[in-house]
Amino acid sequence: MAIEFKLPEVSEGVVSADIAEVHVQEGDIITANQVVAEVETEKALAEIECPHAGKVLKVHVKAGESVKIGAPLLTIETNSDAVASAPAPKPKQDAPVQDSPAAQAPAAAEAKATATPATPAPKAPVATAPPAAETSATDRPPAPAGPATRRLARDLGVDLYQVHGSGPGGRISQEDVQQYVKARLSAPAAAGIAGPVSAPPLPDFSEFGPTRREALNKIGKTAAQHLGTSWSVIPHVTQHDLADITDIELARKMFLQKTGKNGPKVTMTAIAIKAAVTALKAFPRFNSSLDPETMEIVYKQYYHIGVAVDTENGLVVPVVRDVDKKTLLQIAAEVTELAAKARDRKLGMNEMKGATFTITNLGGIGGTYFTPIVSYPEVAILGMSRGQSQLRLREGELEERLMLPLSLSYDHRVVNGADAARFIVKLSALLSDPFTLLSES
Amino acid sequence: MVNADLQAEIVVLGAGPGGYPAAFEAADHGKQVVLVSDDVALGGVCLNRGCIPSKALLHVAKLLHEAKEAAHWGIHFGAPEINLDQLRDYKNKVVTGLTGGIRGLGKARKVQLEEARGSFLSSQLMELTYKDGSKKTLAFEQAIVATGSQPAMPKMFQIGDDRVMDSTGALELKDVPGKLLVIGGGYIGLEMGSVYAALGSEVTVVEMLDGLLPGADRDLVRPLQKQLEQQLHAILLKTKVLGLEARPEGILARLEGENAPAEALFDRVLISIGRRPNAANIGLENTKVQLDDKGFIKVNRKMQTDDPAIYAIGDVAGEPMLAHKATREAKVAVDVILGLPAEFDAQAIPAVVFTDPELAWCGLTEAQAKDRGLDVSVIRFPWAASGRAQAIDRTEGLTKLIFENKTERILGMGIVGPGAGEMIAEGVLAVETAAVARDLAESIHAHPTLSETIMESAEGMFAQATHYFRPKK
Repeated sequence: MAIEFKLPEVSEGVVSADIAEVHVQEGDIITANQVVAEVETEKALAEIECPHAGKVLKVHVKAGESVKIGAPLLTIETNSDAVASAPAPKPKQDAPVQDSPAAQAPAAAEAKATATPATPAPKAPVATAPPAAETSATDRPPAPAGPATRRLARDLGVDLYQVHGSGPGGRISQEDVQQYVKARLSAPAAAGIAGPVSAPPLPDFSEFGPTRREALNKIGKTAAQHLGTSWSVIPHVTQHDLADITDIELARKMFLQKTGKNGPKVTMTAIAIKAAVTALKAFPRFNSSLDPETMEIVYKQYYHIGVAVDTENGLVVPVVRDVDKKTLLQIAAEVTELAAKARDRKLGMNEMKGATFTITNLGGIGGTYFTPIVSYPEVAILGMSRGQSQLRLREGELEERLMLPLSLSYDHRVVNGADAARFIVKLSALLSDPFTLLSES
Repeated sequence: MVNADLQAEIVVLGAGPGGYPAAFEAADHGKQVVLVSDDVALGGVCLNRGCIPSKALLHVAKLLHEAKEAAHWGIHFGAPEINLDQLRDYKNKVVTGLTGGIRGLGKARKVQLEEARGSFLSSQLMELTYKDGSKKTLAFEQAIVATGSQPAMPKMFQIGDDRVMDSTGALELKDVPGKLLVIGGGYIGLEMGSVYAALGSEVTVVEMLDGLLPGADRDLVRPLQKQLEQQLHAILLKTKVLGLEARPEGILARLEGENAPAEALFDRVLISIGRRPNAANIGLENTKVQLDDKGFIKVNRKMQTDDPAIYAIGDVAGEPMLAHKATREAKVAVDVILGLPAEFDAQAIPAVVFTDPELAWCGLTEAQAKDRGLDVSVIRFPWAASGRAQAIDRTEGLTKLIFENKTERILGMGIVGPGAGEMIAEGVLAVETAAVARDLAESIHAHPTLSETIMESAEGMFAQATHYFRPKK
C-alpha cells in the first residue's frame, strides 16, 4: 500500500517550513520513525520523523523549497499489511529550557498537541489526477459564488470567504459583494496607529550594472517582516549615554581570573541584563506593551530579557526567562547556553518567545553608538557598543576610565523622553557602581 | 521595443486550443498579435491528432455497436463492410474543414500567422525558424506560451518499429490490426482501443494500476468496464509490460501480472501512458521562466510565469491536460494582459471519456470529498429508473451528485452512460455557480430525457426521487 507522508505540524502556529535537507532518496528503504528530513521554520531547525516503514517511492520536496504544513513529503510503499502504525509523526524538538519551570509546562503541552495521528492512505490509487478541485488550496469548498461574482470580488479585492451570502446555501450574489464593500467603507476607519507601508517596486538594476539575487532564508524573511512591522508601527527615539564601567569591569576580570577557564562566563551582557531588570522594576513602563485596539498599557509582571545573537544564518533573539529570580551566575550560564544553541540552530520556538525587553551587544565588534529597532510588541531595547578607554575628569583629576556607550531605543507612544533619560541614567549608575548594582538587585 | 525583423504587441507560441483562442481574444481587444506555429495545420494536437479525429472515429465505432445491438430489437444488419480509406478520408475531411475554419477566423481578425518554429532569445525577443531554414527575429511586449504536450514514450518502448504507435500513429488508421495491444488504461487508451475493437481488432488493454481511469470514482467506472469487457478481448489490470520486441510476425510483448500471459504477439501496439509537456527547445532558458519538477512551466492563477513578460497556458502549464482548460486559460491570460481582474479559478473542469458508454465528471469526486473529510451526501440515480434510458436500452448508466450537507450545495457530479459528455455541462454550471439541490430539483427538465436523471438525483436530497425508491434505513 502506498502512503503519502505529509509534513506534520512542526510547531504551534507555524503554517509552512523551508526544507533544509532531505535525508532520503527515491528507492530508499526506511524504518518507522526514521528522520527523513530537516526543516527550517521561523527560527528553528526541526527534524522530521516519518512514522511509516517501507520503501520511498517518491520524494515530493527538495532542499530550499518552502512547504505548507500538510503538504506531501514522501510517498511510501509500506510493507504489505504490516502497516506500522507507529506513534504519530512528531517533529523532534529540543528540550525546553531546563531551569525555567514556567516555560517548561506549556512547552510540553504543546509538544503533545502537535502530535497529529498518522494519516492513512487514501483508498483510491495515489497517482490519480483529479480534474478540478486541485485549484483550491485548502480542504474547504470554494466560497459559494459564481464566476461573475468571483471576478467582481477580485476586482474589488474582496475575500469571498468574508462575505455573507444571501442566497440559498449561503450563495453569494454580486449584490452581496457590493453590500459588503459598502458596509466596509462606511465602517469607522480602523483605530490602527500606523500601518505597514508597502515598498514600491524596484527599478531595473540591469540598466546600471550586473546584479546577483539570493533568496533570504527563513530566519532572514522572518526578521525582515518583524523589523518592518516594528519600524513602521513604533515611533522610535534613541537616547544615548556613556556608562563608566571601569570598576565593574575590574571586578568582573578579577572574578574570571579566580574561577579560571572552566568557570562561568560572566559577560558584560549578563551584567547588563541584571542591571536592566533593576531599571525595569523602577520604570515599569519599559516592561510593557501598548494594546493598539484598546489603547491600554499592558504591564508585564515578569521579566524575560531577549538577547540578540549574531549567527551564521542570521540574527536570532533567544529569551532568558524570569531574570529577576535568577542570580548573575545563573543568567550568565543561561546566556552562554542559549547563544551556543542559537549558533547550532537548535533553539526551540518557545525559547524565542515572550521577551519583555531586549539587549543587543555589539561590543565584540566595535562602533560607538547605534539606533537599535525596538522589537514589537516590546517598547524598548538597549544597545551596547564597545567599551572604550577615555580620559575623564574626576574630582579635578584626569583619569583613564573605561566608558561603555549605551543606546536606548524606545516607543515614544509609551515612554516620554524624560522617562527615557531617567531610565538610562539609572542604568548607567548601576553599571558604574558595583555596589549599587549589588544593593538594588 | 528592441530592434527586430518583426514586432508584436503579443506573440502567441503554439496554435492549439490554448494558442489560437488566446490570439483571437487578444486581437478582438485591439492588440496587434502574431501567432507562431510550426504546424501547417492550425488547431494543435486537439484538432489534428487528438480530440476531433478521435471523436470522428468514435462516432463510427458507436454506430457499429448500435448496428450490432439492433439485433436485440429485431433489426438485423449484415456484417459491416469497412472501407478504411474512405473512413480515413472522412476523418481527414473533418479535420481539414476545421483547421481551415480557424485559419479563416484568424485572417478575419487580422492575426498575423507566422508558420515557423519559435524560440525565445530573451524576454523581449523570439527567433523564428521557417521551413526553408531562413530565420527572422520577432520583438514582443508580451508572449503567451501554448506549446502543448506530446505522448510520453519511454525508452523501453522505442524499439524503432512503426508498429509500436502513440496516439498520433493510432489516429492515422494505417490498417486494422488483427491484434492490438493498448498499454495504459487511461482515457486515450480506452477511446482508441474502442475504435479499433469496433473496426474489428482484437484489443488487449494493459494497465499497471488496479483499475481503469484512475481519478474517476469506481462506481462510475464499473458500468463502463463491464461494457468494455464485452467490446475488448481482454483488460489486464495490475499488469506490467516488461518489454517489447519486434519480430517479423508481430510485436512480442513480455507481460507480468496475475492474469496476463508471460508473452503474447500483437500486430500493433499503442502506447498511451500519458503525455509530456513541450517545454524544451523553445529557448525558455533565455528567459526567467521556471519549470516544475515534472517539466511544466510554473504559472500562477493569472497564468503568469516567473518572467513578467511571459504567460503560459494549456498543457505546457500543468495538469489536467485538457483542451477546454487551455481555452479558458487563454482567456485568463489575455484578460490579465489587458489589466482585467481575471484568474483561473475554475472549480469544475469537466473530464469526459468518450467511450461507449461515456463517462464524465466535474467538481469533486466522491473519493476526493471523502479524503478531505467533507460532510457530504452522495446521491446515485440508476438509469434503470429512467424512461428514456429504457427506451434506448441503455440502463447501465448512473448519475450521481455530491452535496455538501450543511448547505445542500452541489460540489460535484459524475455520470456514466451515453451522452454523459453533453450532460456534464449542467453539472459544471451547477458547481461553478454554487447551485444547491433545490435549484436542480425545481428546474424543469424535459421529459423524456436522460437529463432528468440529474433532477431526480437532486430530489433525492430531500425525499424520494419520483422514479426511484430507496427503502428507509
